[in-house]
Amino acid sequence: MKRTFTAAAVAALMTGSASADLVIPDLSYRTGPYAAGGIPFSDGYQDYFALLNARDGGIGGEEIRVVECETGYNTEKGVECYESTKGEGALVYQPLSTGITYQLIPKATADGIPLHTMGYGRTSAADGEVFNWTFNYPANYWDAASVAVNYLLDENGDDLSETSVALVYHDSAYGAEPIRTLEELSAKHGFDLSLFPVTPPGQEQKSTWLQIRRERPDYVVMWGWGVMNQVAIQEAANINFPMENFIGNWWAGAEHDVTPAGAAADGYKALNMNRIQDYPVLGEIQTQVIDAGMGAGDGTNVGKVLYVRGMYAAMLAAEAIANAQEIHGVSDITAAQMRDGMEQLEITEARMEELGMAGVGPSFSVSCENHGGSGEGLVQQWNASDGVFEPLTDFITPDDAVIDPLVEADAAAFAEENGISPGCL
Amino acid sequence: MLYREAGDFKTTYRADNQTFPILFDRVGFWITLAVAWLIVPLVINDYWANAILVPFLIYAIAAIGLNILTGYCGQVSLGTGGFMAVGAYAVYKLMTAFPDVSMVIHILLAGGITAIVGALFGLPSLRIKGFYLAVATLAAQFFLVWLFNKVPWFYNYSASGQINAPERFLFGQAITGANAGPTAQYLICLAFVTFCALLARNLTRGTVGRSWMAIRDMDIAAEIIGVNPLRAKLTAFAVSSFFIGIAGALFFAVYLGAVEVGEAFGINKSFLVLFMCIIGGLGSIFGSFAGAAFLVLLPVALKVIGADLLGWPTQIVSHLQLVVVGGLIMFFLIKEPHGLAQLWRLTKEKLRLWPFPY
Amino acid sequence: MSADFLYGIEVLINGLMAGVLYALVALGFVLIFKASGIFNYAQGVMALFAALTLVGVMEGQIPFSHLINAIFGTDLHYFGWTVPALLAILVTLAVMVLFAWVVHTFVFRHLVGQEPIILFMATIGLAYFLEGVGDLMWGSDIKTLDIGLPQGGSMFVEDLTVGLGGEDFYGFFIDKLDMVATVVAAVLVIALIAFAQYTKQGRAMRAVADDHQAALSVGISLNFIWVLVWSLAGLVALVAGVMWGAKSGVQFSLSLIALKALPVLMLGGFTSIPGAIVGGLIIGVGEKLFEYSIGPLIGGATETWFAYVLALIFLVFRPQGLFGEKIIERV
Repeated sequence: MKRTFTAAAVAALMTGSASADLVIPDLSYRTGPYAAGGIPFSDGYQDYFALLNARDGGIGGEEIRVVECETGYNTEKGVECYESTKGEGALVYQPLSTGITYQLIPKATADGIPLHTMGYGRTSAADGEVFNWTFNYPANYWDAASVAVNYLLDENGDDLSETSVALVYHDSAYGAEPIRTLEELSAKHGFDLSLFPVTPPGQEQKSTWLQIRRERPDYVVMWGWGVMNQVAIQEAANINFPMENFIGNWWAGAEHDVTPAGAAADGYKALNMNRIQDYPVLGEIQTQVIDAGMGAGDGTNVGKVLYVRGMYAAMLAAEAIANAQEIHGVSDITAAQMRDGMEQLEITEARMEELGMAGVGPSFSVSCENHGGSGEGLVQQWNASDGVFEPLTDFITPDDAVIDPLVEADAAAFAEENGISPGCL
Repeated sequence: MLYREAGDFKTTYRADNQTFPILFDRVGFWITLAVAWLIVPLVINDYWANAILVPFLIYAIAAIGLNILTGYCGQVSLGTGGFMAVGAYAVYKLMTAFPDVSMVIHILLAGGITAIVGALFGLPSLRIKGFYLAVATLAAQFFLVWLFNKVPWFYNYSASGQINAPERFLFGQAITGANAGPTAQYLICLAFVTFCALLARNLTRGTVGRSWMAIRDMDIAAEIIGVNPLRAKLTAFAVSSFFIGIAGALFFAVYLGAVEVGEAFGINKSFLVLFMCIIGGLGSIFGSFAGAAFLVLLPVALKVIGADLLGWPTQIVSHLQLVVVGGLIMFFLIKEPHGLAQLWRLTKEKLRLWPFPY
Repeated sequence: MSADFLYGIEVLINGLMAGVLYALVALGFVLIFKASGIFNYAQGVMALFAALTLVGVMEGQIPFSHLINAIFGTDLHYFGWTVPALLAILVTLAVMVLFAWVVHTFVFRHLVGQEPIILFMATIGLAYFLEGVGDLMWGSDIKTLDIGLPQGGSMFVEDLTVGLGGEDFYGFFIDKLDMVATVVAAVLVIALIAFAQYTKQGRAMRAVADDHQAALSVGISLNFIWVLVWSLAGLVALVAGVMWGAKSGVQFSLSLIALKALPVLMLGGFTSIPGAIVGGLIIGVGEKLFEYSIGPLIGGATETWFAYVLALIFLVFRPQGLFGEKIIERV
């Protein structure tokens, strides 16, 4: 069955014609240095679509076909994956890597396929007039930095003037993302910001943490990825840095980041854009997908932070598909129609509850000008004895007054460099 | 049967000096060129260009560059990724600073800048040899990557720290940016490959090449017979870096279009290009192509067979891919330690004598 | 004493301990290079593989379960037992010895006498291969390694030294794991040296390192010695894998520690065990002190390249490394 299926896929590839299903490519990375993060996300992404197929017969009566392609978090393989899957009628790409995203922004724009880069990728893609085909709702890195600071403001009675914050970051383009935002916010709120780059891959962080021990900042914010997270949490525990003052961003806040440090990691906080709790939809996935033997993975990841994030991403894609079907009145939509669905997407509390995942993400709506959603995120805390991340706050709103001008400036620079005249499609 | 040498009498110096002394090779060379230039551009599509041919051609340039240094001059280098980054950033700065100048000039200039940087980092080679030098070139690798990441001037102070190739045209065709067609991308890379391969072939046959090979075979002996090691080693570093710089520039501007230095030009790239040289065959231009083909095409082929045709889980396929590539490397080395080029050479020898091997 | 000075000393001490960890990785390279002239790029992957095997055995994971499940549609994961750490270490060692035998018999025996770069290339193939096998065997998620090694800063040292430098000084920070690593590394090196000096096999090993043909002519089995050397490198890889894996969990990135060993090797010389130790210490101290003193001025994260630059500076004056055999060239 599967074989004929793929043979059909190859045939479709050769002729370049789109088959009748709704094709969703999943650029996953289940191997390489970041596999631990890629596996649960991809499992969640695929399992949700499998649930829709099994339970509802797809979306609007149209089966969903997920085409998985392994990137290993490698940009060149990502390009290969994009080129090999786009001919099948791909509706939306979730590249799941900042490097691949930068690659695909111009390519997908030229090919007319929307990109959804959820909480990663190019921050200024929130400006929908410049980046017509790229969406980064519900939140981006600069939102994350601002959410973290707003959380600290809240903790300290809206006064950070006596506070010092250290940013420990992956010394790469990704890690440097929040610096500009944090600098602006530091000027605005008067807190003292110090920067600690960590050499990738980040196995050796002794000097960084010795410095932190010496300077005793009140809070440490971390922009980490891969092995850097586990080592940083271990080293922070080693110097007895209070874990509740240590906040990771949302790519530094999954189970596998904290478990190697064991009980020492208890109390570690991290941002998240999707709340972790026991949703009814997870039960349905368990019974109708995993138990039926149709799971993308072995089912051990169900309910984990990145699994829920993958599932959330799939839900946003599915909602956009449904939206597009409604707008255009056809069930077998094209990538261009998908873009319209994404641009007019509205996620409400009621809708999330209906889907069996009440409060998984913030409620937001997308518009032509704003592809970035509400930018809200929450803070979660690691409970080592139960082995779960517990949401600590509700969704926190970022400081748009600071971020919007930054987004606008960067988008304008991009538009100028590439000769784009901003406007709605 | 095809390889008949009988009758190939040389009556002029010109004939004696030609690049391909055997008629069949010559014909093969022209046919390959003709197919590459005339037929492939007609049938190429996005997938073949972006996933296979463009990276193959670019890696072939880089492998030729490294082969000049490692294969012809005997200096092992692990700084290739760093030097490619120099080429990429140089072309980025040039194309954004002088948008009206032709891309060809920018790419050649980027190669030139890389050549200067390469010669600079080649200086320690006068003292340090063998694996010690290999590790010393890693200093260049890590330092350059760090530098491009740290100094915002290199990425025009963009908030993301990435560099993006804006759209540039050649003969009215977009060759960089999103709207560059597969044919244009392929042809520009092919033009540079042809230029580089011919240049490398002729350099290595001439005085410079001979002095490189003398240094490689025994540097003290070479010095005694009058080869200046300073000049030979530094020219090798410069020429090699020139090619690698061109490869880096094309890699960024034509192939990827957007690059973050640590990810695209990390240490893995250095190793990858070195692997291509060794698998293909050190000291052979053909080997550079063979090695690049092996390491670009094989993983894609395995992926297509495993994941797309047989429908295995992608995870298992990519693990098996590592096992197969690693196993094949070892197998080839055991069977033929001097690389694919030597295999080809042996085949040719056999063909020449066929069907009467004795 | 001023606090800054004391912090400088603290950085120095921690640099020394980091250096020990680097030296541990470098040791594996030296063993193989000395005996067979192979620059073993796969050493880092061997450390990963050994650590993966250790965790897998301890947790009773079924090897190749992903592959088996994918082919036969079964749902196997664990045997359902756990193995005590000590026994698991022995099993892992047995696996590494088996690995040494396989590698030698099927690969390097056929490559005897080839040029160094060819041998190097073969180890790269080996690295790919082993990485793939490791992933297939044990899966690619991050595993927690818990064999009871202590973690965290030593409160004893901290309390003892807290008063030294006035109010701004919080006492010396010394990681307990680093202390254990130092002791283990010391024991390992002494054991290796004792083995090489006082046992028959050890002397044979040194003889092979000196001259293959002379060793052969006095009746030493080269095959045996090479398997032995690869096994020892496997042992060193296991120790290094455990020490680094205790910090970060056992995961793919563990194979990248090989990169940390390269400047150490350069500095100490590829052929000298004391060189690996001294080189490790110099690199550890050098990169930490540089990051401490100059790093903040130029944007930090200098550790990757500074180690190489430091080694490069040494090499310009001693092209064969600090303790390497003097390169004698004749025409």
